[in-house]
Amino acid sequence: MPHAIRQLLKNKLAVFGLAMIAVFAGAALVAPLVSPHPPHEQFFDGLTLQGAPLPPNAKFLLGTDLLGRDLLSRLLYGARTSLIIGIAANGAALFIGAVLGIVAGYAQGWVGAVIMRFTDLMMAFPALLLAIALAAIFAPSLWIVALVIALVNWVQVARVIYSQTVSLTAREYIEAVRSIGAAWPRILFFHILPHLWPTLLVWGTLGIATTVLLEATLSFLGIGVRPPTPSWGGIIYESQSYFLDAPWLVFFPGVCIMFLSLSFNLVGDALRDALDPTQRGRG
Amino acid sequence: MIRFLAKRIGQAVAILLGVTVVTFVLSFLMPADPVRMLAGRSATPETVESIRRELGLDQPLPVQYVKYITRLVQGDFGRSYRQKTEVSALILSRLPATLLLLLGAIFFELLIGMPAGIFSATRRGRPSDNWIMAFSFAGVSMPQFVIGLLLLYLFAHMLPIFPLGGYGTLNHLVLPALTLGISGGGWYSRMMRSAMVDVLRKDYVRTARAKGMTERRVILVHALRNAILPIIAMIGLDIGIFMAGAVVVESVFGWPGIGQLAWQAIQMVDIPIIMGVTLVAAIGIVLGNLLADLVMPFLDPRLQLE
Repeated sequence: MPHAIRQLLKNKLAVFGLAMIAVFAGAALVAPLVSPHPPHEQFFDGLTLQGAPLPPNAKFLLGTDLLGRDLLSRLLYGARTSLIIGIAANGAALFIGAVLGIVAGYAQGWVGAVIMRFTDLMMAFPALLLAIALAAIFAPSLWIVALVIALVNWVQVARVIYSQTVSLTAREYIEAVRSIGAAWPRILFFHILPHLWPTLLVWGTLGIATTVLLEATLSFLGIGVRPPTPSWGGIIYESQSYFLDAPWLVFFPGVCIMFLSLSFNLVGDALRDALDPTQRGRG
Repeated sequence: MIRFLAKRIGQAVAILLGVTVVTFVLSFLMPADPVRMLAGRSATPETVESIRRELGLDQPLPVQYVKYITRLVQGDFGRSYRQKTEVSALILSRLPATLLLLLGAIFFELLIGMPAGIFSATRRGRPSDNWIMAFSFAGVSMPQFVIGLLLLYLFAHMLPIFPLGGYGTLNHLVLPALTLGISGGGWYSRMMRSAMVDVLRKDYVRTARAKGMTERRVILVHALRNAILPIIAMIGLDIGIFMAGAVVVESVFGWPGIGQLAWQAIQMVDIPIIMGVTLVAAIGIVLGNLLADLVMPFLDPRLQLE
């Protein structure tokens, strides 16, 4: 592990990603302290006399939205929404994928076949359309959106973990552990799972990037987190019809989504290189 | 060959059957009662009951599923709740626009991804490689609706080169296709780079260089022929990602394809349309995978048909 961390810190892009994640996480944590205005307050002086949103100015640093609310404050609170969903949905997806992948890979036989055919089936569904259908079934709230994302995002994890478990199970040390009479929960937890942590860590990090994008997209389509909860995708959804006159309402939340997703992608990619022993010593 | 074909097509059909089970179950979980939707608010209990019987919704689930499948095979996807038209007719009328967008998207993805990946692979580890890869990541990390809205703002509003949306001419196609191309191109460039890096390590490339061939010829003729194979496979697998993008991009640009149809259906909770589009997209994904599997052995004779 120390080797991997050193490798990771040598990668400038990864360090940039880690720094950005720290900034976003910090903003989300202390949003109530640093927000210049309450995120839900509609200011009388937040709109022009004609009722149009204000561009960035001294009082509202990033401008206001269609209801005269401060965009910067809403973005800071939106970081909470994105990170909570990113972490919760991705954690759940990782858990579902890991459990199904390990069980299918270790049990094989008909149990494995059933699980893997089911993942094949899920692969044939366009994730966004499935999420849309699920979101239409449940009235979306923060946690429902996280659940919907988890239900469509576990598939990749399950496939990767499955193939790794299959190859681990075929190793001689597993045969040895089995022959001295270890029970299967012990084998799975102490002899297989430890080898899967690097993969889970990499997919966990990359998965947050995907989750952040999916949440933003669902909110942009109007089926994500319900207003008035601030969400970056939701801010763009609300102001879409007005964006030619108020481009800041699309630009700033868009930049936030991109940088948060980019950071997790950069860190995840660097982690994969750092944790992959076959890459060691190669430029 | 024929056995492989039969097996592969059998798998595809099995997956599609599974997909129909899922869409069938999902449409039952939907909170909106289709009978109420058709009958309207002022209907008497008798009318509601007769519509329910007419739709066959009073029968046991397995019977309903068999009927559902039979109708699907005949191309009957049900009726839209709101528009009172056949879902299959709606989808068919909008499919050409989406297919056109798909072609445009693939064009831009390759136009952006391939040169970037090849260039990056030949400059491995240098600053230019790092910058290109960082930009690829930025492309895939940007939500498609943000790319689309920014392109609209820059190239339709500030510099009015392209129309603000709509459908009809090649000019209308450029921005939506470019939006999908920018986000997909990032994946292609990363994939092209890693495939190229692998191939450039091969002995035959060293031989080609040792013979005194120009670097240009080594890369563009000898190495590219093998490095391009995963890219071609990827195009077939790309349809699922494309369908998600189509929903977003078509709604941003007012492109009258099945993605926009799905988006409008979401706003109206028009479940038969959502299910129909999901099913058509799943068919597209399964066909794309099948096509990739069938074409690859011809392009790469080293692959044996199992």
